[in-house]
Amino acid sequence: MTLWATFMTALNSLSANRLRAFLALLGIIIGVSAVISLMSIGRGSQATITDRIQNLGTNLLSISPQPDEVLTLEDAFSLIDPIHTPSVKAVAPQISTSGTLIAGKERRRTQIIGTTPEALSVRSFTMKSGTFISVPHVTDSQEVIVLGSQVATDLFGDRDSVGEYIRINSKRYTIIGILAPEGGTSFGSVDRQAMVPITTAYYRILGDKTVHGEIPVQSINVEAHNHTLMEKASEEIQVLLRLRHKISDEDDFVILNLSDVIETLEETTQTIVIFLGIIAGISLLVAGIGIMNIMLVSVTERTREIGIRKAMGATKQDILFQFVTESVLLSFVGGIIGIVFGIGISQLINGMNLGNQMLRTVISYDIALLALLVSSAIGLFFGIYPAIRASALHPIDALRYE
Amino acid sequence: MAGHLAVEDVLRPDRLRIELLDNPIIKIEDVTKIYKLGNIEVVALNNVSFTINRGEIISIMGPSGSGKSTLMNILGCLDITSAGNYYLEGLNVSAMKDNQLAEIRNKKVGFVFQTYNLLPRSTAWSNVELPLLYSNASNIKLKVSTALSQVGLTDRAHHKPTELSGGQQQRVGIARALVKNPSILLADEPTGNLDSESGNEIMKIIQNLNRETGLTVIIVTHETSIAKYTDRIISVLDGSIVSDIRQKAATVTT
Repeated sequence: MTLWATFMTALNSLSANRLRAFLALLGIIIGVSAVISLMSIGRGSQATITDRIQNLGTNLLSISPQPDEVLTLEDAFSLIDPIHTPSVKAVAPQISTSGTLIAGKERRRTQIIGTTPEALSVRSFTMKSGTFISVPHVTDSQEVIVLGSQVATDLFGDRDSVGEYIRINSKRYTIIGILAPEGGTSFGSVDRQAMVPITTAYYRILGDKTVHGEIPVQSINVEAHNHTLMEKASEEIQVLLRLRHKISDEDDFVILNLSDVIETLEETTQTIVIFLGIIAGISLLVAGIGIMNIMLVSVTERTREIGIRKAMGATKQDILFQFVTESVLLSFVGGIIGIVFGIGISQLINGMNLGNQMLRTVISYDIALLALLVSSAIGLFFGIYPAIRASALHPIDALRYE
Repeated sequence: MAGHLAVEDVLRPDRLRIELLDNPIIKIEDVTKIYKLGNIEVVALNNVSFTINRGEIISIMGPSGSGKSTLMNILGCLDITSAGNYYLEGLNVSAMKDNQLAEIRNKKVGFVFQTYNLLPRSTAWSNVELPLLYSNASNIKLKVSTALSQVGLTDRAHHKPTELSGGQQQRVGIARALVKNPSILLADEPTGNLDSESGNEIMKIIQNLNRETGLTVIIVTHETSIAKYTDRIISVLDGSIVSDIRQKAATVTT
């Protein structure tokens, strides 16, 4: 039998029992669209996480003290040293605390970051309006503040509040700038923070009284000259800090490379994506069993037809091929419809708001192609057994079947 | 030996003619068929031998259980012998594998069944076309329309079996049997499900095919009213041939 004749025969047989064909299709459609939408959700969250970390800057190292140890402001400034640490471009130490910001009748408890002017370039912030903290602000511990975009909106609405005042612990702070929103609303986003000069944070908000250079910092963000110098910068910093702290054994600080963090996180999310894929794959497997079930019923029902075909000269292979074609056709068509549905669902839920988290989907066409191949393979796999049963029927028995 | 001609035979046309006439299209040699039902062996055919010549129209008669269905299955290459040989046009069918048997059924045997055995969801045209799809046939359209016109169903080509009368369905069955231009037409109770008028029409078509085109026809039946239209009656009982009578066939009148 020619390929075309086989195809047309399969199509005719399937269209003869439309409801049954549709039910078999439905399983595959659900399976494939589940694979595609779940994978696109997985890949979307992966992209979101990666983007968010990359927002912090990929040339970024973060140094923090070991528990019960101290890194000082002086340590931070010492890292700007063209001889010992030539790979370091800029350094931004920070202190983090929290406080209540009061503007008129509005109050907001937020995270307050004490930082230095370099943070603007190190953390790649952009200003929505006004200016960032400058050197004189830090040397004189001035009472100035830069608001994250969300904080500004919470306190002042849409109005540009640069030049206005807010109060923290009954002290008046001048708003000198507002940061552009960075997107991403997860914990720790700069949109929900307020920034003051690091000295202001230490002396005025925390209220401590240490000599200037010995201000303890919580972390030091270091920007390397470029991405390839990350390892080198890390080594240089380690050597310098060990010298400064006169350390002979264990480091009293930890250097965190953000690219390493990205890698680790990507590995983790990859695992989640694969896990989602497996769950969706199981539904595809169930759909395959559905096809097998329907094909087995079909073989029994069409025993007489098989007998007639054999009497007319159909060989075992002809019958085998006819039934396999039917199941592959079912799963292939189901796969195509499933891809259309899956992509539709992914686009529909893209940007959907889940509490304070935006759902993001990334449609991957490699996954769509894979799902189509897998569903066709499932049709082939689960169609073979019923087809073998059909082809093995003896013509006389098949013709006599009532 | 049949089918093998010596040089001197070719040089003597009179002997050649005799040789061709005597050349049997079917030769059954000591054929035995045994079925195994669990531990019990049932002998359905016991050492049966006969020959059928090209152009004969014969009927095989016998009550149910006599072995005539088994004989028909073997003649139609649907089943193989347990012992003995079956030659169809000189080919030893009893030694063939499944796929070769399928090819023989496709090329040499035209089946007509009591219950028509048409594909219920296909049109008359598609049913007649079916045997052609299982071989690399050319001119499919011409062959199908020729076969349909031979049974007078040209105007019913695109009707499904459910839209046709019993007699018309059986005519589709005959057209399907003819479309591959077979060596033998094997009809199993072809009028068994029909009223006498439709039955007569079917018998007339079959008899005309035999008389006009020289097609070899074998009809399996238990009705003497059908057997009288054939020029030879083989009677089977308990797996053996009990009589083999030649007669002057009556002409079907409608």
